[in-house]
Amino acid sequence: MTAPSQQKLKVTGPVVVTANRLSDGAVVYRTADQRWSPRLERAAVGTTLAGASELLARAVADDGAVGAYIAPVEINPDGALRPGNLRERIRQSGPTIDLPTSSGF
Amino acid sequence: MYLYDEFDRTLVTERVAEFRDQVARRLSGDLTEDEFKPLRLMNGVYLQLHAYMLRIAIPYGTLSSDQMRALARVARLYDRGYGHFTTRQNIQFNWIKLTELPDAMADLARAGLHGMQTSGNCVRNITTDQWAGVAPDEIEDARVWAEVLRQHLTLHPEFSFLPRKFKIAVTAAAHDRAAVRVHDLGLRLRRNTAGETGFEVMIGGGLGRTPYIAKTIKPFLPARDLLSYIEAVLRTYNQFGRRENIYKARIKILVHTLGAEAFANEVEAEWLPIKDGPLALEPAAIAAIAERFKYPDYEALEDNPRALGRARDQDRDFHRWLGNAVANHKVPGYAIVTLSLKPEGGPPGDATAEQMDAIADLADSFSFGEIRVGHEQNLVLPHVAQHDLPELWRALEKIGVATPNIGLISDIISCPGLDYCSLANTRSIPVAQDLTRRFADLDLAHDLGRLHINISGCINACGHHHVGHIGLLGVEKNGEEFFQITIGGRADEKAALGELLGPAVPYAEAADAVEDLVAAYLELRLRSTETFLDVVTRVGVETFKERVYATR
Amino acid sequence: MPLVRHGAVIDDPFIRVEADAPIPDGAPVLIPAAHFLADAQRLSLRSAPTGVLWPNDRRVEELAPHLDRLALVALSFPSFRDGRAYSQARLLREHYGFRGELRATGEVLRDQFLFLLRAGFDSLEVKKVADASAFDAAVSRYSVFYQPATDGRTTAQQARLRRARWTDAHLSFCCSR
Repeated sequence: MTAPSQQKLKVTGPVVVTANRLSDGAVVYRTADQRWSPRLERAAVGTTLAGASELLARAVADDGAVGAYIAPVEINPDGALRPGNLRERIRQSGPTIDLPTSSGF
Repeated sequence: MYLYDEFDRTLVTERVAEFRDQVARRLSGDLTEDEFKPLRLMNGVYLQLHAYMLRIAIPYGTLSSDQMRALARVARLYDRGYGHFTTRQNIQFNWIKLTELPDAMADLARAGLHGMQTSGNCVRNITTDQWAGVAPDEIEDARVWAEVLRQHLTLHPEFSFLPRKFKIAVTAAAHDRAAVRVHDLGLRLRRNTAGETGFEVMIGGGLGRTPYIAKTIKPFLPARDLLSYIEAVLRTYNQFGRRENIYKARIKILVHTLGAEAFANEVEAEWLPIKDGPLALEPAAIAAIAERFKYPDYEALEDNPRALGRARDQDRDFHRWLGNAVANHKVPGYAIVTLSLKPEGGPPGDATAEQMDAIADLADSFSFGEIRVGHEQNLVLPHVAQHDLPELWRALEKIGVATPNIGLISDIISCPGLDYCSLANTRSIPVAQDLTRRFADLDLAHDLGRLHINISGCINACGHHHVGHIGLLGVEKNGEEFFQITIGGRADEKAALGELLGPAVPYAEAADAVEDLVAAYLELRLRSTETFLDVVTRVGVETFKERVYATR
Repeated sequence: MPLVRHGAVIDDPFIRVEADAPIPDGAPVLIPAAHFLADAQRLSLRSAPTGVLWPNDRRVEELAPHLDRLALVALSFPSFRDGRAYSQARLLREHYGFRGELRATGEVLRDQFLFLLRAGFDSLEVKKVADASAFDAAVSRYSVFYQPATDGRTTAQQARLRRARWTDAHLSFCCSR
């Protein structure tokens, strides 16, 4: 997928702001109270270009995480947030493959 | 293998100290991410999808057993218990925290390992033939020259901020196992009619968005002139390579734009004033490095000892492994053993910490403590006595690295893809895993013969798909994963880029398409010894295209 | 931006002249390349020190005829990632024999100090004050250098050969007794 930071800002549905935590590179999401959380359910959702841009600008200024960008989410009927594309699914839940383990030896 | 002296060790230690300081300045905010990023890249630290990734150089693919143990230790202490061997003879760790990187690097430095220049716009790990030093068909050990270059180009004050990355490969055999023609700079060791050592210099090869096969700009460069000439090449590139567009910044673009001859003339103009200066390589200078390469104290052994023949006759599986994973050695009575990191259903090129430790022990017992890493993402034990092969094989089987699929369809070369990499369009590992399951039948795999599948999750081509017999390139269409398929590529001395088969196929159908290609090959081949590549060359791409796209 | 020379932050004796602005008499001046070249003949006769600010996308060959009358050449790092001026510096020093002050301007961080000194720069216009104060620490980071460069620091190779000769001499002395 085109690196999100290279994309032009466009909001066509609900979005969150996501980045990688500086200390360990873990995937984090921007919360409504202007912090970084590893839990998608805590992410602030933007629905307008203005709102998302504001969230992003404040996120970018927060050096606790790097490479912040706007990512699509989907909202379940019960209000729960789901990653909005494959890349975000993989970022949220990790590689789609089993990591090598020593089982079997 | 090359033994570090106190100068080499000091440099690596000093580098770790510098990086520790840079990390501290980053964490305290003294360095912004923009300022820190090029610095961390020069130490091989990427930021990927889920975490930081650390790429450690394995110079010319040579590791000692102690170094392998150091890698295992880092995998265990700082990562999630495994590492990934890459197409450039490096190893990657995917989960190390930035805050712990200086400690991990300090641990590695104690074993003479580092991540210097494994990323960034500088000269990268210099790769060579993983059989260098033991291959029967080589002129001499290419690694000595790779080490001469490695030292000259490490922390070079003039060339640490090039327009883009710069990759060098060296080969010393007529059969090129180092893919020199798809590197920015390829060097092929030659002897002239007077018996003097020199290099064929090839420039401007590369894969990625605009793949090129390198052009020879100097058919014979005397060894004495190696450093000064490369200095001139880099000085030319540093000054005139494009910098405003990262997709046009490699030296291959400059060579293509100027033309090989004009480029060679520029280099010549830079070179003539410096060729007889301090960079002229005197024999003493070469000897000082060559002397630090330690070779095993080989015993005087016979080829084909009787015990080997007996084991071969008694065990069909051993026999098959012997014919597949074991190659001739230049010293009688010895063999070169390839360890497959491509087990059925496994991610290509990965090894667990337990496997690394076990392989280190086996290297001590059977290979004079030395291991090699190949760009096909397999490992090699380069100094195995033939009479030890049966015992070694049983030990390798126990740790899952004896699959006799070397060079066969299930010996897939693959980048990490979207499961790990922030640049990727598609996942690649699951496709590789699926293919290894579909072609798990070893009789079938052996019948199909030499067949290289290369998978890249994006156009950066880390899986070298352009030079695969079958190449898969991950692309995105409307947010969905697709693969473009090419066939007929090769990476050796007859290097060629694969041709596009047809429209991209959906992710879920990629493995099916490969099966269709294999079915077509079986139908079209004139005899079982005609390889897939032979058939593509003979009948062309169209015939294969019809078969694959008939029902799509 | 602090100017660091010989390890210390100094006041810049050179007056920076903008493109086409009048050039003060009797004072050291740093003039943009185009301006200098348009009037090189006359400007080379100045009694006060003259410096030229040279862009990194122009061959230093063009400046070569004037070097022996220049007190200062300032080279340019528009971004610290743009390394063209390192090659220009080495050419000026090693090929054209320039002996005057060679200055790095633009975006210069402490992580480049050692590379810059090795390439032949002797004054650095540093982006951050904190980096200027860290100059000594930055340039003593490394004691081992693999390749010969403008600065003439002993290379690992030279040290190895020297040690080998010492060892040979020592052994032959011992063995001859």
